[in-house]
Amino acid sequence: MVETGPARRRTNSGPGRLLIAVYLLFAIAATSRAGLQIATRFDEAPVAYLLSALAALIYIVAAVGLARAGHTGRRVALACCSVELVGVVAVGVLSVADRELFPDETVWSQFGSGYGYIPLVLPVLGLFWLWRTRHDHA
Amino acid sequence: MGPVSTMGTDSPVDGIVATVPIVLSLLVAAWALVAAVRHRPPDRAQFVGLAVLEVALLVLSVLALVAVGGGERPGEPGAFFGYLVTLVCLPPLAWVLARMEPTRWGSAIVCAVCLVAPVVVVRLQQTWEVLGG
Repeated sequence: MVETGPARRRTNSGPGRLLIAVYLLFAIAATSRAGLQIATRFDEAPVAYLLSALAALIYIVAAVGLARAGHTGRRVALACCSVELVGVVAVGVLSVADRELFPDETVWSQFGSGYGYIPLVLPVLGLFWLWRTRHDHA
Repeated sequence: MGPVSTMGTDSPVDGIVATVPIVLSLLVAAWALVAAVRHRPPDRAQFVGLAVLEVALLVLSVLALVAVGGGERPGEPGAFFGYLVTLVCLPPLAWVLARMEPTRWGSAIVCAVCLVAPVVVVRLQQTWEVLGG
């Protein structure tokens, strides 16, 4: 493979590695939260807890996709970041509009305000990073 | 409601044992941020800082486990131990990722992880004492 210079970047190096680190942190946070909620009080708010679990899964798969960096990895990461963005906006709007729907907090409730709005920023950064590295992966 | 329980004030994850890792973590974060802004890869000070932070967190964990062994119980045991395990894994995570990324972004990773650690310490304290419990 021919190096085209220092500008050449894969999704798993440089700023991408920071992105992966933050995705890993959120994967840990969301997984433990969902695991605990489902294990101890699933009946109280099944929708919210299943959503937490889904969010956790997406963070894990997105981190793996970015870390794998190849063609498949990029497509996986693209799908995850897109679903994540739609998810955090949809859940954010729904949780503000109808509090009954999400009686307990999820990672995405109130646009991720419980996590410093990072859940809202993260998929945007992920998509931006995929776009920035779009020519460099082949 | 009976008289105020003394268990809350005797929380093993309160006081100096929690303050030291929080301050330490913020110092390492600030140092790493300066390095990242100056386009510097993680330096020796950052790795030493991460190691000292890990020791401080292990001291915190041991004291918490000793308290649990002595019959005290956190307000939310599941969440408490979840946070405790996460907490002691954070500096090693930053260490490994910073080693893999010897650029300014390695310093940025150290900064990010060291900003998360104090939050986890505070959450740890909150799950020991459950309000109104």
